[in-house]
Amino acid sequence: MTGLLLEAFVYLAAAVIAVPLAKRLGLGSVLGYLVAGVVIGPVLGLVGSEESVTIQHYAEFGVVMMLFLVGLELEPAMLWRMRSRLLGLGGLQVGLTASLFTAIAWQFALDWRTALAIGLLLSLSSTAIVLQTFQEKGLSRSEGARSAFSVLLFQDIAVIPMLALIPLLALPELAAHGAGHGDGGHHELSLVAGLSGWLYALVIIASIAGVIAAGHFLSRPLFRAIAATGLREAFTAAALMLVIGIALLMSLVGLSPALGTFLAGVVLANSEFRHELETDIEPFKGLLLGLFFITVGAGVQFAVLAEHIGLVLALTVGVILLKALLLFALAVVFRVRRADGWLFTLSLAQAGEFGFVLISYAAQNSVLPTDLVPVLSLVVALSMFLTPLLFIAFDRLVLPRYAANEEQRDADVIDEQGTVIIVGIGRFGQIVNRMLRANQVPTVVLDRNPQQIDNMRQVGIKSYFGDATRPDLLHAAGIEDAALVVIAMDDQDQAVELTRQLKHARPGLKVLARAYDRGHLYALRDAGADWVVSETYHSALELSKHALRGLEYHPFRAEKLAHAFDLAETRGRDALYEEWLGKDEGERYGNSFQTLFLELEEALERLMITDRDDGHDRGERGWTPPPPHYTDSLKD
Amino acid sequence: MTQRRILVLFAHPSLERSEINSELLPAAQAHPSTTVVDLYAEYPDYRIDIDREQRRLCEHDVVMFLFPLFWYSTPALLKEWQDLVLEHGFAYGSEGRALAGKYFIAACSAGGAGYAYDAEGYNRFTLRELLRPLEQTANLCHMRYLPPFALFSSRTALKEGRLAAHREAFVGLLDQLSQGSLEDWERSEACTVNDSLTPGDSKGVAPS
Repeated sequence: MTGLLLEAFVYLAAAVIAVPLAKRLGLGSVLGYLVAGVVIGPVLGLVGSEESVTIQHYAEFGVVMMLFLVGLELEPAMLWRMRSRLLGLGGLQVGLTASLFTAIAWQFALDWRTALAIGLLLSLSSTAIVLQTFQEKGLSRSEGARSAFSVLLFQDIAVIPMLALIPLLALPELAAHGAGHGDGGHHELSLVAGLSGWLYALVIIASIAGVIAAGHFLSRPLFRAIAATGLREAFTAAALMLVIGIALLMSLVGLSPALGTFLAGVVLANSEFRHELETDIEPFKGLLLGLFFITVGAGVQFAVLAEHIGLVLALTVGVILLKALLLFALAVVFRVRRADGWLFTLSLAQAGEFGFVLISYAAQNSVLPTDLVPVLSLVVALSMFLTPLLFIAFDRLVLPRYAANEEQRDADVIDEQGTVIIVGIGRFGQIVNRMLRANQVPTVVLDRNPQQIDNMRQVGIKSYFGDATRPDLLHAAGIEDAALVVIAMDDQDQAVELTRQLKHARPGLKVLARAYDRGHLYALRDAGADWVVSETYHSALELSKHALRGLEYHPFRAEKLAHAFDLAETRGRDALYEEWLGKDEGERYGNSFQTLFLELEEALERLMITDRDDGHDRGERGWTPPPPHYTDSLKD
Repeated sequence: MTQRRILVLFAHPSLERSEINSELLPAAQAHPSTTVVDLYAEYPDYRIDIDREQRRLCEHDVVMFLFPLFWYSTPALLKEWQDLVLEHGFAYGSEGRALAGKYFIAACSAGGAGYAYDAEGYNRFTLRELLRPLEQTANLCHMRYLPPFALFSSRTALKEGRLAAHREAFVGLLDQLSQGSLEDWERSEACTVNDSLTPGDSKGVAPS
């Protein structure tokens, strides 16, 4: 127990010290984690390779979770929108880079199968580093980052067939050799150990079908039931259970856990629980991914590095240069111009974390000779180490050159309308949503009632389950890019609380809120809402207008009276609000408030009914005829 | 000849205070040849149903605007009606011949005295001149424009007991529009048609 605690403490302490330091120096958190790993591993020897194996398992789970989240992001609609870039840019990048490196490796007299595996693993870039860095540097919305994202997405998807392909590349002579020393002692639990190939294939197909079917049919009732209890921890537990369960199943049948959770993510991408799941998994992912980078750093074998320093450095620089060259060519062909083209080129030139996964997987499957493994791992790790430096090069060398064009470029980027987040999709929110949707305003709808979300989804309205008062959920729903937020939830206190939170986090964000009654309206206004409306006010006014018409008032007169009423109400509301603000909780509706209220009611009445002697009245100034002898004064 | 159908487009934003038009409105409604539309009652929120208004126009032979003169023009909703309903391709333009051959007449009440509507008066122009925009609108829509029908010094008409005669003249106007000959009026350059209707209402005649 003490050992475990000590180890956890060492890792966390390293992260806590190194990451803020790295960020301070403008290096990005990923490099911070990597350096922290190097320091506690090879440099200080605080963590040996023995314990690291266990830690590494946890760390690899970060990758599994990341793939689950990547899967969640893969909405079919979004994929379709990105299709040309995804297939064009992404497909060409992976295809060309893999071919190039395969050819080169083959030239070095390696077996073509080994060469192909190397080509494939080097074609990938580091989703974790690149996306994290984009986010940290606020580049996510630039043209270059979007192009890079589509390439990374393609790579993440391409990993799945690669994982399927590698076992087929096994070298017979290595397989014979490897069977003997295998995994040397540590016995993995497996359901498929003794099965024949035919049966094994069947089990694999059944498990994948099981994941898809369960994701599709079982997860919803399960999540809905848990959501109905209203316990946040229960939902988090269920989300973790889902990811771990699928990873477990995949390990049991000898498949990649990453593949399984990725699939589950895709299946759930259209689910109403998507944002809530993202929110729950995200912190675990972040922490474990950090751990993953630390283990990469800790795993650097200085002995190997020292022995082959020339070779490793040459290979690393060669890999980065060749990848960058290809990327630059693609940027030119796909017209990703100027600074964006450079960002695209520099950000994707490294090898990625999936490179490690593929290396160990290929080694296990007798595709890579064991003596190549440490060298390749070093090349991948070093190229990742150098990535933050490439980003720094982008910041220092590329951006200043295009600084003059910055404004122009920004104008190009902000071409799309921001989304509107609607919190609460009951009778009120639905109307707002329909109005906005009808005008092609993209909306994201959140509600805490699973039943309501279900109803909305049945009529084709995109909506998500979630508790909007959780800041991280709003984050997942895209609060950073939202143009405005409409608050139409039933719980009054939460509506006020949410308004306060939103205004605190993004003071510039427009918040439009629905109030239940007068007091709620004041509270929302006090919390900073930009515009508040009482939920029943306008419909009641509309009805009163028709009541007057029912009493044989001329329709236009009824219309005018309603306008006058509205005007008086708006003014009175301000006065009452000031009164309400000045008082403490207990006496807010005390005597002075009531007196003011009654005064205002009387004023309203006067406004409505009192005609002045000459036929002018106060409330309805329009279209009153001039006094009978007004022309006398005009004659001269 | 068959009777002409008259569409009376009535616009008064404050009917409860009206003295003249509230008298003419029932007379128009009671006439057998008319369809009367109280625009402010039908569209209190200004959301005019263009198709329905165009259908109405097509079903009638005479179009009458009945309104109190506001700042030498129609009340706002009646202007809105013109802006929306007289569409290109319907009322004007190479394809727009839906109103061709129909008659147009403005019937209004004016606060100023008849003599004020004159080059010498403080209004500086005759009523007909002031209503030229309507005349040219009718012209562009291939309609036959008739001189306006008017009540002057409207704010004192009730007190001075001129209303009954005016109402009578109005009914006479409707009769003439529905079955009388309109050729003389169509050619006339008179300021109003009042002269040929009500010899008794001397105040309505603009002195020259």
